Amino acid sequence: MTSNRLLLLAPGLAWLTALLIIPCGLIFVLGFFERGVYGGIDYTLTTENFARAVDPLYAGIFLYSARIALTAVVFSLLIGYPAATCIAKQPKRRQMPLLILVMMPFWSNYLIRTYAWIVLLNREGLINGALTKLGAISEPLPLLYNDFAIVTGLVYGYVPFMILALYSSISKLGPELAEASTDLGADSWRTFLRITLPLTLPGIAAGSVFVFVLSIGNFVTPDLLGGGKRTMLGNLIYDQFLTARDWPFGATLAFLLVALMMVLLTCQAVFVHRSATQEEARA
Amino acid sequence: MSAANPTQRWLQAHLGLVYLFLYGPIIVLIVLSFNRAGLPTAWTGFSTEWYGKLAANTKIINAVQNSLIVAFASTAISTVIGTLLAMGMEARRPHPALEALVAAPMIIPDIVLAIALLSFFSLLKMTLGLHSIILAHAVFNIAFVCTVVRTRFKHFDRSIVEASIDLGAGAFTTFRRVTLPVIAPGVIAAALLAFTLSIDEFIIAYFTAGPGSSSTTFPMQIYAMIRFGVTPEINAVATIVMGVSFVLVFLSQRLNREVEA
Amino acid sequence: MQKQFFGAAVAVVLACVAGAASAQDKIVISNWDAYMPPELLANFTKETGIQAELSVHATNEEIMGKVTASGGKGYDVLFVSSPFAEALHKLGLAAELDHAKLPNLKNFYPEAMQLPHDPGLKFSVPYSWGTTGLCYRSDKVGTEPTSWNDLLKPNDTLKGKTTMLATDRWLMVPALLSLGYSINTPKEDEVAKAKDLLIETKKTLLAYDDTTFYSKLVSGEALLVEAWDGWCNYGIAENKDIKYAIAKEGSDMWVDAMVVTAASEHKDAAQAFINYILRPEVHRWVAENILYKVPNKAAMDGLDPALIKQYPNLGITPAELLKFEQMRDLGDAQKLWSKTVTEITSSN
Repeated sequence: MTSNRLLLLAPGLAWLTALLIIPCGLIFVLGFFERGVYGGIDYTLTTENFARAVDPLYAGIFLYSARIALTAVVFSLLIGYPAATCIAKQPKRRQMPLLILVMMPFWSNYLIRTYAWIVLLNREGLINGALTKLGAISEPLPLLYNDFAIVTGLVYGYVPFMILALYSSISKLGPELAEASTDLGADSWRTFLRITLPLTLPGIAAGSVFVFVLSIGNFVTPDLLGGGKRTMLGNLIYDQFLTARDWPFGATLAFLLVALMMVLLTCQAVFVHRSATQEEARA
Repeated sequence: MSAANPTQRWLQAHLGLVYLFLYGPIIVLIVLSFNRAGLPTAWTGFSTEWYGKLAANTKIINAVQNSLIVAFASTAISTVIGTLLAMGMEARRPHPALEALVAAPMIIPDIVLAIALLSFFSLLKMTLGLHSIILAHAVFNIAFVCTVVRTRFKHFDRSIVEASIDLGAGAFTTFRRVTLPVIAPGVIAAALLAFTLSIDEFIIAYFTAGPGSSSTTFPMQIYAMIRFGVTPEINAVATIVMGVSFVLVFLSQRLNREVEA
Repeated sequence: MQKQFFGAAVAVVLACVAGAASAQDKIVISNWDAYMPPELLANFTKETGIQAELSVHATNEEIMGKVTASGGKGYDVLFVSSPFAEALHKLGLAAELDHAKLPNLKNFYPEAMQLPHDPGLKFSVPYSWGTTGLCYRSDKVGTEPTSWNDLLKPNDTLKGKTTMLATDRWLMVPALLSLGYSINTPKEDEVAKAKDLLIETKKTLLAYDDTTFYSKLVSGEALLVEAWDGWCNYGIAENKDIKYAIAKEGSDMWVDAMVVTAASEHKDAAQAFINYILRPEVHRWVAENILYKVPNKAAMDGLDPALIKQYPNLGITPAELLKFEQMRDLGDAQKLWSKTVTEITSSN
């Protein structure tokens, strides 16, 4: 049986080793070399790239990306939580179709969904046009090519995930819990803060980490909706490879991004594990 | 359910707005694709001319063909390898490192996988083309297929396999007669997922593609269209893409439901 | 069922491999999108029997990245701006040209044969050349812009309605010229001063854009943009109120060139393609189609005067062009420039 099992695992392991582990290891190693004068790699060992990554300029881009990603997380939560709650409160047979309806846009092309916002937000675009016609504004608002546009694009792209993660957490809570709390005289707001919210924290954590990770490494949204005026981590890495031709530094940044992600995912795993054991202890 | 209290009504109104947020932009593109002037500024009459232009656009048609090749090939490879991997992993409780390895391609940012593969291919002095995109797409697709198929094994009573082997059936016969029928719905769902992911994937394809229109995929073409000028043809492209992906999702859901029932 | 699936998979993979193999018999040309007449390649094939395939790149940097990654394998002819042609040459990625295979070079302006980046055209052949200047909506700007400072420090009418070119080299041009520095400066203090100015300017910009700025002018989203002369003409074609002006502080002289890759396995065919472009009637057709000046005297002499009237910047002479400093490869200073541009684009 063991040899059979190895045979089953072998092709997958081989594929992932050759095209995932080795390339990612290569990225790590590349970070310790120098950029050649005309791009390419100069095989001289150096730690300069890591020192450069904490330079205020690049650290600033890291922080800016984190801030944008965090803003996207907050808005996804604010939009997603009530939506997921509402879906979870519908009769069982209606929940699945409603969820599919949420996920449907996610399955279509991300570039096209991003492009839609260029059409909506530009100075001569639909939203400005409508507002001007209604007389609400006299001058078009600068909606596109700024942080607002980037956050809107990210929230639009990833809120379906947030809703899905929250739903799976919220739907596990029976209505009995809230009813019991209300029967005991707690108002609904208190019930929410004291009972519902803590119990759905694993869903919140899962959804948040997901949206954060997808946002901070994003390249398309800042590129198309930021008008080249905003550099996020994804763009910075892209630029090192296709513009500055500084592969070693690009590799260093990519490595740091993966490291940050690992830390976040570990935190989330620990968190979920702990609340699971707590639940067991309670039961 | 009609006796909704105020909170409930607020929630429902909110959910309605969320759907508006999700579908509004898509509907706008669909409507614009039938606008004669093609511009969002004014409605100038119904027209299907942008679809006509699209049908005559060889660049787009060529890109769609390339995407289909990549999606079919990477789906075929990853469905086979990913299913085997899932079976191997379910045979015994897998080592956490193995779990992590399979999870990694699903969570690693696209841009990182893209540059890692580009650096690797470049180091090997490999000629890039559609085949390098296929190799790259199979990486994340194997992980997704494996994960989806493994969820099917949760319904699987392993003692049947043992019984089958005890009765003298070979490993392959057991697989075909016993294991496969049980996991088949999972495999089909996984293949559909892999296909969708591959056909929409942009960044990894962009970095690992070779020169020329012979390895330009559909998302790469869309990106170029968005970057290079606002041609209303893109609205027609959007409408068709939305339509096709909605039909696919609908079909896979139907399939799933029949399986569950 | 399973067998069919396998069969299909194998067939698809084989088809890909076969496709890759047959692609070897034709030359691959990488150019900017819409930077040559769409039918040009078909005409070339019809006349010479050489198959040619077009690949498009969005920026110089992108094609450089791809070519350095692959060592140029798979590409035969690259269209890049002259500093990048220089870099390709220094990297050993550009093939030495055989002028015996390029007899149509006789049609060139003598000035175009002796450009500073490649005197005698040893590894590159100029395809088009021109200036970078101010492209604007004359009906909406109020007073017409004449200086780079009109773009760098826009008045209230223009604030939020200007764009600048996005790629490193041209992003820096207006500030360097306005400060009176060389557009190729390697000096840290000069680059730093330009940076400070551009960070201030960024607060007033609609976007950095080097692909769709002319359509932003047409739609009215932008009123004044930094533009290459030929691309401003795309705007003029759609709206007569769009005009082009060279700023009083000057311009760079840019040259877009054709380079044969050192890795090309079809160098004869590649040079045949370049020679085909250099034919007076073909190069004229190019100029009329892309609305850029070409360094081909025989082609420019045949240009319809009405076209020059409609697009005045097509009439800029080689002598006028050569007054401006040519953009050159930065060598070691590239790193400083890249970092500076990142500082500008990531500033708040």
